[in-house]
Amino acid sequence: MFDKLIYYFEYPFVRYALITGVLIALCSSLLGVTLVLKRFSFIGDGLSHVAFGAIAVASALNLSNQMLLVLPVTVICAVLILKTGQNAKIKGDAAIAMISVGALAFGYLLMNVFSTSSNLTGDVCSTLFGSTSMLTLTKTEVILSIALSAAVIIIFLFFYNKIFAVTFDEEFAKASGTNAGNYNLLIAVVTAVIIVVAMKLVGSLLISALVVFPALSSMRIFRSFKSVTIFSAVIAVFCAFIGMMISILAGTPVGATIVAVNVAVFGICWVTGAITSDVGN
Amino acid sequence: MYLITASNLTLGYDSRIIVENLNFSVSAGDYLCIVGENGSGKTTLMKTLLNLQEPISGRIQTSEGLRKKEIGYLPQHTEIQKDFPASVKEIVLSGCQGRCGFRPFYNNEEKNIAAASMERMGITDLSERSYRELSGGQQQRVLLARALCATRKILLLDEPVAGLDVKVASELYNLISELNNEGITIIMISHDIAAAVKYASHILHIGRTLFFGSAKEYISSEIGRFFLSRQKGVS
Repeated sequence: MFDKLIYYFEYPFVRYALITGVLIALCSSLLGVTLVLKRFSFIGDGLSHVAFGAIAVASALNLSNQMLLVLPVTVICAVLILKTGQNAKIKGDAAIAMISVGALAFGYLLMNVFSTSSNLTGDVCSTLFGSTSMLTLTKTEVILSIALSAAVIIIFLFFYNKIFAVTFDEEFAKASGTNAGNYNLLIAVVTAVIIVVAMKLVGSLLISALVVFPALSSMRIFRSFKSVTIFSAVIAVFCAFIGMMISILAGTPVGATIVAVNVAVFGICWVTGAITSDVGN
Repeated sequence: MYLITASNLTLGYDSRIIVENLNFSVSAGDYLCIVGENGSGKTTLMKTLLNLQEPISGRIQTSEGLRKKEIGYLPQHTEIQKDFPASVKEIVLSGCQGRCGFRPFYNNEEKNIAAASMERMGITDLSERSYRELSGGQQQRVLLARALCATRKILLLDEPVAGLDVKVASELYNLISELNNEGITIIMISHDIAAAVKYASHILHIGRTLFFGSAKEYISSEIGRFFLSRQKGVS
């Protein structure tokens, strides 16, 4: 088994995939804690469908660099969703459902009408579930992903205390002079960036898993915001690494394997949490 | 010198008016209770005082010495906080956020302020505990300690005793009175009119009839007598 691993690691694209995958999982999990607590678990799902729609438009337009269209569109939708969350006319979850399903349908429609590829089903399937495309990353894409991940981690560390204040009690934060609106905007933009980058890894259908599972697992066991955040990052890195290893060795799809490992870890954390809280009481 | 003066205030959402022609003023050291029926606009008034919402018309003047960052707020519980994983220390410290500006981390002075606030509220031994595991009374003390981190001048409390049993509620009332005696101005929304006239120096009654004056004047006023007797009848 190790021979097989060492054999694979001699290929640079496997190493690239591993580094990028772990970094993306780390970023998603950091933001995930805030999103889950703010009751925005489904934003990942919604935004990834938007990104799917945008990719469809980009390929219909034959754009050489799809990122130029996909990233801004996703960021704008993220801002819209988080804004409407505060507005009472369309509730946050309804807004997410609307935008997400709409974008998915529109994207698939466009892909069908303006298809440029001979293997349409394969294209759609790999955008939705992630694919071997993780292993076909170019060096530029890897560098871009690393740079974006690094930016997300730095932003998160720098604004950690403010993100906590705004997540725990937005009204209080506003009343005591913190510009909560700006931090919500920051969270929305960073979320959109992560999702666009993470689509390569698990595809647009499974992205919510990367966002919510590490945070939820961690919350089963830990009780302070700091320990929840740290442990959720650890879980995310662990699951991404193990998931990719299994997928290389067993030839299973990357995205689905990582999510399956996350589900298993959640199960373990849930049981552990139930036992320790019984002991505590 | 008044700390806060509200003149001809009209409040509401969009163009729907909830309450009109509010006039009142708060001096340093006052203990003002805002009472009135559900939906009379008490929370809306408090949000307007906190600059979270614009009044439809009229104006609120604050004295030179009172800046926005110097207001401590104790909001009602939100759905989000019920299962929020956060230690008491983390929450109290977040009260210092307004002092930080763009600085990313808390300095020693702020950590000392947080420690002193926890000490004052008698929750130092809870500092490593998780907020979601505390009792209702303990949670309110945590949020009060957080508000004290933001200010030593004025506290705005939105129904601080809601959902607490009688004993814990009266402990909390006493604690708030002590803070008031230390010179902190209190503005509190309350459903409990009997406690309001017992502890507060001034009463603002909003609803179809408006009243603003000292607690003594309220007890002898027609509206005050009516509401006091009605609440006694209920409880």
